[in-house]
Amino acid sequence: MRFIFTAVKLTIVLTLLTGLAYPLAMYGLANLFFPAQALGSLTSRAGRVVGSRLIGQNFSSPRYFHGRPSAAGDKGYDAAASGGSNLGPTNRALINAVAQRAKAVLAQNPGARAGQIPVDLVTASGSGLDPEISPAAAELQVTRVATARHLSVQQVRELVRRNTRARWAGILGEPGVNVLMLNLALDQAGTAAPVRGE
Amino acid sequence: MLLNSLLRIGLFYAVLIALSVPLGLYMARVFSEQRTFLDFLLGPVERSIYRVCGVQRSQEMTWAEYAGAALLFGAASWLLLYLIQRAQYLMPFNPQRLGAVEPLLAFNTAASFTTNTNWQAYGGESTMSYMSQMLGLTSQNFLSAATGIAISIAVIRGFVRHSVKTLGNFWVDLTRAALWVLMPLCVALTPVYVWQGVPDNLNAYTEAKTLEGTTQIIAQGPVASQEAIKELGTNGGGFFNANSAHPYENPTPLTNLLEVLSIMLIAAALTHTFGKLCGDRRQGWTLFAAMSLFFLAAYALALWAEQAGNPKFPAMGIEQRAVAGQGGGNMEGKEVRFGTIDSTLFAAATTDTSCGAVNSMLDSYTPLGGLIPMFNMQLGEVIFGGVGSGLYGMIVMAVMAVFVAGLMVGRTPEYLGKKIEAREMKLVMLYVLIFPALILLPAAAASVTRAGLSGIANPGPHGFSEILYAFTEAAANNGSAFAGLNANTPFYNLLIGFVILAGRFMMAIPALAIAGSMAEKKAVASSAGTFPTTGVTFVVLLGAVILIVGALIFFAGDALGPIVEHFAMTSGRLF
Repeated sequence: MRFIFTAVKLTIVLTLLTGLAYPLAMYGLANLFFPAQALGSLTSRAGRVVGSRLIGQNFSSPRYFHGRPSAAGDKGYDAAASGGSNLGPTNRALINAVAQRAKAVLAQNPGARAGQIPVDLVTASGSGLDPEISPAAAELQVTRVATARHLSVQQVRELVRRNTRARWAGILGEPGVNVLMLNLALDQAGTAAPVRGE
Repeated sequence: MLLNSLLRIGLFYAVLIALSVPLGLYMARVFSEQRTFLDFLLGPVERSIYRVCGVQRSQEMTWAEYAGAALLFGAASWLLLYLIQRAQYLMPFNPQRLGAVEPLLAFNTAASFTTNTNWQAYGGESTMSYMSQMLGLTSQNFLSAATGIAISIAVIRGFVRHSVKTLGNFWVDLTRAALWVLMPLCVALTPVYVWQGVPDNLNAYTEAKTLEGTTQIIAQGPVASQEAIKELGTNGGGFFNANSAHPYENPTPLTNLLEVLSIMLIAAALTHTFGKLCGDRRQGWTLFAAMSLFFLAAYALALWAEQAGNPKFPAMGIEQRAVAGQGGGNMEGKEVRFGTIDSTLFAAATTDTSCGAVNSMLDSYTPLGGLIPMFNMQLGEVIFGGVGSGLYGMIVMAVMAVFVAGLMVGRTPEYLGKKIEAREMKLVMLYVLIFPALILLPAAAASVTRAGLSGIANPGPHGFSEILYAFTEAAANNGSAFAGLNANTPFYNLLIGFVILAGRFMMAIPALAIAGSMAEKKAVASSAGTFPTTGVTFVVLLGAVILIVGALIFFAGDALGPIVEHFAMTSGRLF
């Protein structure tokens, strides 16, 4: 019987300690030292939040680089309903969807050749919010974006290079190009509107 | 590609060993109440907790009392977590005004988080208020892990002590595991996660106006503090639905490395705690070596399968090899920043341990790539395993191994200077048999009932894999998923909830009973006839026992799911 009282009291005390004191203390520390990251690495343009550096968003215009297919929410890139497609490798629905995306990539991108479509550009990410594409997937879109914006291929390629993240310490992870930051840089190159945030 | 993956696993293992050995020795001090450098800070907190809760720290418990205390603590935690979810709409820190969690879902979630399983039949950002996330889930991330550590320490004491009936005090072990082990590591990790981009706020979801003029609602929350304990405690329940694939939970390759390290750290360290406490460090290294063999083999196989990709893709003009500008491989369900190397490393770690967090969607893995995580769990979560539960599972398997060796040479088996006799072997067999029963019987039931079959998302053998995976992870208290399976139905919420509870307590109680029975025995001096339980021979024997006794029983089930699907895929069949 004494065990029951101890169990209940210890549950409550330890729950308050680890479930309230600890997260609120960490919340305070985080906002003191890294306020931008603590708030979600948001990016603003002209005083308005346009998204987060870490969260991908939909792009369909030929003037913008396109991110990966997304299974988050009904229309993709729903940042309040993250998730992957969960389609298995022998599921006809997956194979058909990928085949269609591959056709669209070839049709939209002048100079793109079959056999060279980077796999990340036609497959849905795990989170549905992947902010990045592979450098190969960016390179494939350079000509299209340059043509649509009347910029030179070199100018666009330079912006891609500047928004490419290398492997961490040369070892960890795979290189990626941040699609939102790249597209913001493209808009800026055209209009010179100020971009705030990291 | 090959060079890079070898570099990465080499780096990972070097850091793991460099951190887990000192941590293991530190834990040995913590649980034998020796002085540590944190006493000045935590000592007063600990004493006031005991005073408030009426804990007599010197009071020792028998194995049955210890198990009873753990059960009562689990029951109280379960009830509290259930109530918090049901009442979240009444409490503060709910800027999205989320309503009460449905009763069956709250039952399932409470069972799942209080047992260190952290299976999730819901999407975090659409279901749980910030109060539920912190007070309900973050706290149970700590406390279920601390319970596991406490039980493993009690099991170690059973083998170390002799001629006594008691295994220690559960309340003290629990409190010290939370305060001395988990809390300091989390406080150190959280700021690093925030620095790398993991959010930590209590704001309403952000409304962004995208570049193409649509509105994007971005879920927020106190993520970083939960992220730290999620992996350290091998819990694995994601703040967001996409778990560690979500860029807010795991934004960079560095956070990914830290998360994988956290997943394995305490479980690996406990092998060294074990070696230290039983007075022979080699005993700990031997268990560590056996675990490492399985882990590295699983990682290599999964990486090979995932890098090979989907055989249907080349014909569509898709390049999935690692060439200039991309890592390639099966990228469905994977993030660009992780590629196949960091995704499969995470998958191997999360299923060898009982963590269950994912940074890539296992349901979209190739058949063999997906078989590896399932097989890892079927080994019984002894390859590092859950914090605590992995070590006591491994000790049970080691007892099994010396028994088999004893049968072969015709001697009474001994482990750590204690004779293994009929009573212990009966308990060991109980431990070994409960696990497959908890997986195979419900999986069979789900495969022949409409309620079970209606949850399947992928047709063909992959659908059966989804069901088998769900019960495997539940019994193993893992919590990862072939997430296509719609498990938020009354059938699955209830059945999986019960399997989770049974998988936790029906395994922990026999382990404690074995320890209680060992503690009563006299220590016998080792002689020339004693089978040595360190060294290469024992590692090989232990590995063989884990494979043959533990995992072979699942072969038929695996053959019907992933293995059939593999051959279907290589012959070009779709479903």
